[in-house]
Order: sequence, then C-alpha cells, then structure tokens
Amino acid sequence: MASIPKPLSAPPLGGLPGKLLGWVDDRFPLSTLYKEHLGEYYAPKNFNLWYYFGSLALLILVMQIVTGIFLTMNYKPDAKFAFASVEYIMRDVSAGWLIRYMHSTGASMFFVVVYLHMMRGLMYGSYKKPRELLWVFGCMIYLALMAEAFFGYLLPWGQMSYWGAQVIINLFGAIPFIGEDLAVWIRGDYNIGDATLNRFFAFHVIAIPMVLLGLVAAHLTALHEVGSNNPDGIDIKKNIDPKDGKPRDGIPFHPYYTVKDLVGVVVFLAVFTAIIFFAPEMGGYFLEAANFIPADPLKTPAHIAPVWYFTPFYAMLRAVPSMFSSQFPGVAVMGGATLILFTLPWLDRGKVRSVRYRGPIYKAFLTAFVISFLILGYLGVVPTTVWGQLSLLGGVDTATLVARVLTVVYFSFFILMPWYTKIDKEKAEPLQVTF
Amino acid sequence: MKSIIKTLIAVPALVLCLLSGGTAVFASEEVALDTAPINLKDQASLQRGAKNFVNYCMNCHNASFMRYSHLTQIGLTEDEIKSNLMFSTDKIGDTMVSALDPKDAKEWFGALPPDLTLVARVRGSDWIYTYLRSFYRDDTSPSGWNNVVFKNVSMPNPLHDLQGTQVLTKTGEKEEHGHMTPIMKLSVDRAGTMNQMEYDLFIKDLVNYLTYMGEPARPARTQVGVIVLLFLVIAFFATLWLKNEYWKDVK
Amino acid sequence: MSAIVLDQVDPQKRRLLIAVTSVVGAGAAAAVAIPLATSMKPSARAIAAGASVPVPLATIEPGQQIVIEFRGAPHWIIRRTPEMVMQLGKNDALLADPKSESSKQPAYAKNVSRAIKEEWFVVKGVCTHLGCSPTYRKDIGAADLGAEWPGGFFCPCHQSKFDLAGRVFKGMPAPLNLAVPQYMFADDKNLVIGEDGKGA
Repeated sequence: MASIPKPLSAPPLGGLPGKLLGWVDDRFPLSTLYKEHLGEYYAPKNFNLWYYFGSLALLILVMQIVTGIFLTMNYKPDAKFAFASVEYIMRDVSAGWLIRYMHSTGASMFFVVVYLHMMRGLMYGSYKKPRELLWVFGCMIYLALMAEAFFGYLLPWGQMSYWGAQVIINLFGAIPFIGEDLAVWIRGDYNIGDATLNRFFAFHVIAIPMVLLGLVAAHLTALHEVGSNNPDGIDIKKNIDPKDGKPRDGIPFHPYYTVKDLVGVVVFLAVFTAIIFFAPEMGGYFLEAANFIPADPLKTPAHIAPVWYFTPFYAMLRAVPSMFSSQFPGVAVMGGATLILFTLPWLDRGKVRSVRYRGPIYKAFLTAFVISFLILGYLGVVPTTVWGQLSLLGGVDTATLVARVLTVVYFSFFILMPWYTKIDKEKAEPLQVTF
Repeated sequence: MKSIIKTLIAVPALVLCLLSGGTAVFASEEVALDTAPINLKDQASLQRGAKNFVNYCMNCHNASFMRYSHLTQIGLTEDEIKSNLMFSTDKIGDTMVSALDPKDAKEWFGALPPDLTLVARVRGSDWIYTYLRSFYRDDTSPSGWNNVVFKNVSMPNPLHDLQGTQVLTKTGEKEEHGHMTPIMKLSVDRAGTMNQMEYDLFIKDLVNYLTYMGEPARPARTQVGVIVLLFLVIAFFATLWLKNEYWKDVK
Repeated sequence: MSAIVLDQVDPQKRRLLIAVTSVVGAGAAAAVAIPLATSMKPSARAIAAGASVPVPLATIEPGQQIVIEFRGAPHWIIRRTPEMVMQLGKNDALLADPKSESSKQPAYAKNVSRAIKEEWFVVKGVCTHLGCSPTYRKDIGAADLGAEWPGGFFCPCHQSKFDLAGRVFKGMPAPLNLAVPQYMFADDKNLVIGEDGKGA
C-alpha cells in the first residue's frame, strides 16, 4: 500500500500550464496562496448548517456590487430625477427590473445571512480567544453594512426613503451640544434634499463598498491566521496526526468545503430567486409600498418604520422615554445595543466555547436574548398601539412596556455575562469533534 | 441543543406573524376590502382597461412613467394604440401624460391629482377596486362627493354617469366593543348607464390595467421564475451528487 | 488517523461529476451575464428619442437647406434647383467615388443624385473624416474654393469638399461620400427621416 501519505495537495501541473504557473509563481505567490488558503487550509470536518452563511455573505457582497454597477449605469442621483430613473430602470431598460429586484432582495438577504452568521458566532463561541479580532472585524462589517443599507435606502427617493432618513438624521441631531450642527453637516443643507442625496450616493456606491471589501479581507485573513472554530468549540490543532502534521479532525478546504459550499449556494439561490421572481416586495418588507410614492417633504406618511433589519434597534429607541426633554437617551441605548457586541469576547468568562457544553444559565440567557431580539424586531415594525394600553400603569402602551422589558433582557445577556458564565456549570468538552 | 431547536421554531413562527401582518401601508383598518379579480393574462381585459383609463382617468391624472409603446405587450399594435389611445400626443414613444394643466388642477381640486402609474403598488389592487365602487353623494363635502374607503377625498366621482349616484344610508345598528355602532350601506339612488354587473366589470378591467401598469414586467417575471427554479432544482442535484462523492473521503 | 481516507476514490466518476457541475455552472453564468449585457442595449427611452422625424416640405425654397436633428446628428434637406441637378452628372472627374460604391446609403439613393426624387436631397450632415458638420456652399466658382467649384459642401475642420450630392472629392482627408439615411415621402408635401417602410 502507500508509504507515508502526503498532504492532499494537487499533483504538480505538467506541460505548458505548468510552465505558465511556474512563471507566475516566480513573480507572485499564487501557488503558495492557493495552498495556504484553499488546498492545505485545514478546516474542522464537523461544520454544520450554521457554517454556510459566511460564504453566502461573500456571494451576496459580490452580487450587490455587480448589480449595483449596472444600476448606476441608469440611476440618476438628483432629487428631480432619482425616482423617475428607478422607474426607468424598471420599465425602459432591458432586464432592468431583474437587476433592480436582485439588488433590493439582495440587500435584505444580506442581513438575513449576516444575522444567521452572527448567531453561529454566538452559539459556538467563535469570538473567544484567539478569535477576538476576527469578531471585532465582523462587528465592524456589521456596522458598515448598516451604514451602507441606510445610505442606499435614500437613493430611490420615495416617501419612505425620505422620511426614514429624516428620522435617522434627527437622531444624530439629538446628541447634546453638537447635534444640530452635526445634522446640518450630514445633510449638507438645512433639510434633506439634493445635496444629501448626492453625498449618500457617493457613500453608498464607492466609499462604504471599499471599506466593506477591506474589512472582509481583514476578516478572512484573521480567520485563516488562527483557523476555523467548529460546533464543538474544541481546538482541532491540539490533535495533530504526527504522520502528516495535519489536524486529525481537519480536512482541506478545497475540495471538501468548496463542493459543500457550492450546494449551499444553490439552495440559497433557490430561495433568492423564488423571492425575486415571485414575491420581490415580500409583503411590503423588502420593497415598502409607501416607497412607490415620490418623496414629498410636505407630507409625512402615516406610519414611518425603518426597513425590517433595523427594527429591533428601532423598537429599543422608541421604548426609551425622552429624558431631560431630549431624545438622546433612546439614541444612546440604540447605539449601545450595537456597540456592546464588540465587547463580547471580554465579557465571556466561560471555559468552553460551544453552547453544546455550556451550562443551563448560559443557555437560558442565550435563548432569552434571541427571543427578545426577534420580538423587538416585530415591535419595531408595528405601531406602539398594537397591543392596546395598560390602564393599570397610567395608560402606557402595552407594546412599549414589553419593548422596555425586552431591551433590559437584551442588555442583561451582555452585562451579566461576566457573572453567569463564571458560575455556570459547564460540561466536559470532547477530545475529538463529534462527526 | 434545545435552545437551538427553540430558536428554529420561533423564527419561522415569527416570520409568519410578520408576513401576515404586513400589508400595504394604506390598508384601511376599518373598511373590509373586496377582492379585485385580477388576471394579468387576460389581454382583452387589459386592453379594455387601458381604454377606460385613457378615457376616464387621464382627463386629470398622469401615468408619466408608462410609455404608449409598451402597450404592445398587452396585444395591441402600434396603429391600434395611436388611433384609440393617444389623444394628447402623436409620438408612440411618449409617456402617458394628461392634458390637464397643473395650475388649473390646483385651482379646481386644491391639490394636484396624483400620478397613477404606481398606484396599484402603493394602495393594492383590492383597495382601488373597492375605492372606485364606493363613492357616494355627500352635500357636506366641497366636491359634493365622499368615499367610504378614503374619507374626505378631494377627488370627485368621475364615473357617476356610468355607475349611477350612490348614497350612504344607515340600515341598522350593531353591538361592538360594548356600544352601539351604526351599520352603513351603499346603494344606488339614481341609476347610471350601467347596471351593477356592467360597472363592476368596467372597474375590474380598469383595476386589471392599473395593476399591469404598476409593474409591466410582472408576467415576464413569473414566467422566467419558473424556468430559473427548475434549473436550480437540477443544479441542486448535480452539486449534491458532486459533494457526496467527494465526502466519501471524509471519515 | 487523518480525517481523509482516500480508499473510495473513483477518478472517472469524479471527472464526470465535475464536468456535469461545470456545465450547470456555465449555464448559470450565462443566465446571469445575458440580462446584464442586454441591459446595456439602448433602452426604450433611447429608442423613443431616436424615433423617425417627419419634415414638412412646403416652406422650403429652391436652393434652400434646412437642418433637422435625427438621432442626435444634423441631417440636411436641400431643395435642389434644376441647374444643380444638371451639374451633378458633370462632376465625375473631380470625385473619388462617383458611383457611391463604398459609401453608406439605402438602395434607392445609389444613383447620381443620391435621392428618391432629384429635387429633394436628404443627407446626414456629418463629415466622414472626423465628424464635423460641413458648410453648404452652393455658390459656383466661389473665390476661396476655386473657379472649378461646382457648388456643394465644404468642411471647415480639415477642408474636405463634397458635391451637391454629398460625394467626396478626390484627395480629401474624408474617405467616403456623405451618408444618406433611410427616408421616405409620406406624401408630396411631407418627408419622414428615419424610416422607409422597408424595415429597420
């Protein structure tokens, strides 16, 4: 039989392709890069469903950039022409409707995928040492993505675009002392108008995409530097097979995870295309009905809500009452809810990574956190009067009360974590992954 | 593990809640809307609807994102469009713009009649279908008309010579939330040139056309979608086969 | 024991599956590339703006030139006098392509007068050299153009000369006769530039 098995690198190329590759390799580390990041990047063999979302996020990023480029060929970032140019794309440009729907659906799907990707990180402790920086880069990507979505949403110049931006910029205006001037500086005018639209276009089309690409590169570099985590949370590098120097529980990313991720891509595309071709508006959540009305600074829509992916934070914002005649506390809570994510690696004092081996207290808090995030998301979509009033507590809206409770739950997941992860009764981790 | 299962159940449940609650922003909470019988494959209906739109609505309303030349998609030839549907222009490539001067509109109605190209996407077909059949005579309003679906609308009823004049009368009372609320019903007081069935058909054609005009790509969209999904089913099996073959190596 | 055990490798099956997946992938790539590429074709708005232009002829005097914009370029309609038409047959020695073999015109304009009716000359007023619009010089034997000048068009940019049927002179920077667009007579008093009922 075979003698000492070698690492699973592809056999060297022969003939002309081989010579060409050799020429390139003498001048650019192509083969080395391939080996380090694909052919001999050993990832744990027990990746499950939760592990598809990273590659899917990358796919969506590429799709948004490509569809975005083609939209920019016909879109006009001028307040007088913007709305009409979107309808122009939908009607007069060949296949324009398809490109538009891909972009609008892609934006929402980006958040679906990213939230699930973050959930994986939470569940399996992928933020714990030595992956703290990986997690921080990820949080920065999340912030950049939210900014990208916010800037992009103004571009169709519909009623919801205009008034949604109005609300968010006014939040910045609520910051004490500098708020007013800051809001004017952001807008480039005393009111949202052409100046605002043009600069949001610049941010959306070039500035933030470049930041995103840079952060994604940093994110993947940080990942490959330490290696991937896995659903059991154990370190596969601690169990090396002396015969080939590779982790016993590891498999080369290429071809095993490239073919597996390909299946994931196809399933994702099936969902994606089902939405694009059969329900692009998604009941008014991906393309809001009010946004089919051109922006009118003189008429506020009856019901302004941000797009669904912002609603958990919006619910928190609304739940906090104004204090000292300022909206700022609500803004601070909303901002804090996003920023607290960055601190996660240092809050967690648990010894195990994966939820599979965590104790009951952690599991309870994680479940409560997820449920509160989802219900807050729902509450952000509906008016605060949706569940009536509680006359017992002075006629306060029931939904507001619930949102307040859930905001506390959300924050306590983080704030109490140093305590409950320390005292929790964790289980013993296995020595090898469960496959 | 259990928390994961709980999450996996909670997520679809909540998504379903959200989707069932999410209707067009202007869906009226009190008025029950009739279902508009939309059929975008019925080209005859769409053509009649286009005629209805041009003859009755375009006196005041624009559809400035809709080009006349696109109407070939509903089975009309350019000559048919030019001779039957184009009154304010002679260029087939022009958009459907009303002859009404915006200044006059402001003076007569108080507000510019809104552009109707996208109205079906904003209000929904059911709303428009119900709205156009719910005008009634109201001497207390500036135009003399009111509407059950859109209270105190500034639009007068342009179709009353077809539908006839409706009045809103109280036919009884019912118990609701602990107090008595009146039951109001619409009925035709003075007949028009169409009976109810004919008028409903007229409105159905019109709303069918408005739905089409809101998104002309919709028929093509669903057709292509079926083909794409079939292709992806094939792609799924191909890629799964490939994956399973390679993963035989993984122990 | 490593996680990878290569005892079930069937190279032929793997090659087949890779081939099948590649075909599917190529199909997907085409399905994406085609709509994107088609979106770059002229839109309905561009096509509408490029629609044919009707031109009423009643007010045009003999010898007069009018300029019409069609698809963003100047087009001329010149009502040639009988003398101008007669002159056309006598220019051959001066011209590079008197029979319009190389230049662009519809079949009905491939004659001496390069027109459907000799009296009405319809031509795209763009010099075939580098795109300037030549000047109409119907004055025969003009001082600056020489005693031989039979009347025609003179391009100020690089001095190319064309006769009253738009045919380029020999030795000019411009290589071809002026292009004639598709056009037709809707009736005796009206012309339409851009269509001739014979298809695009």
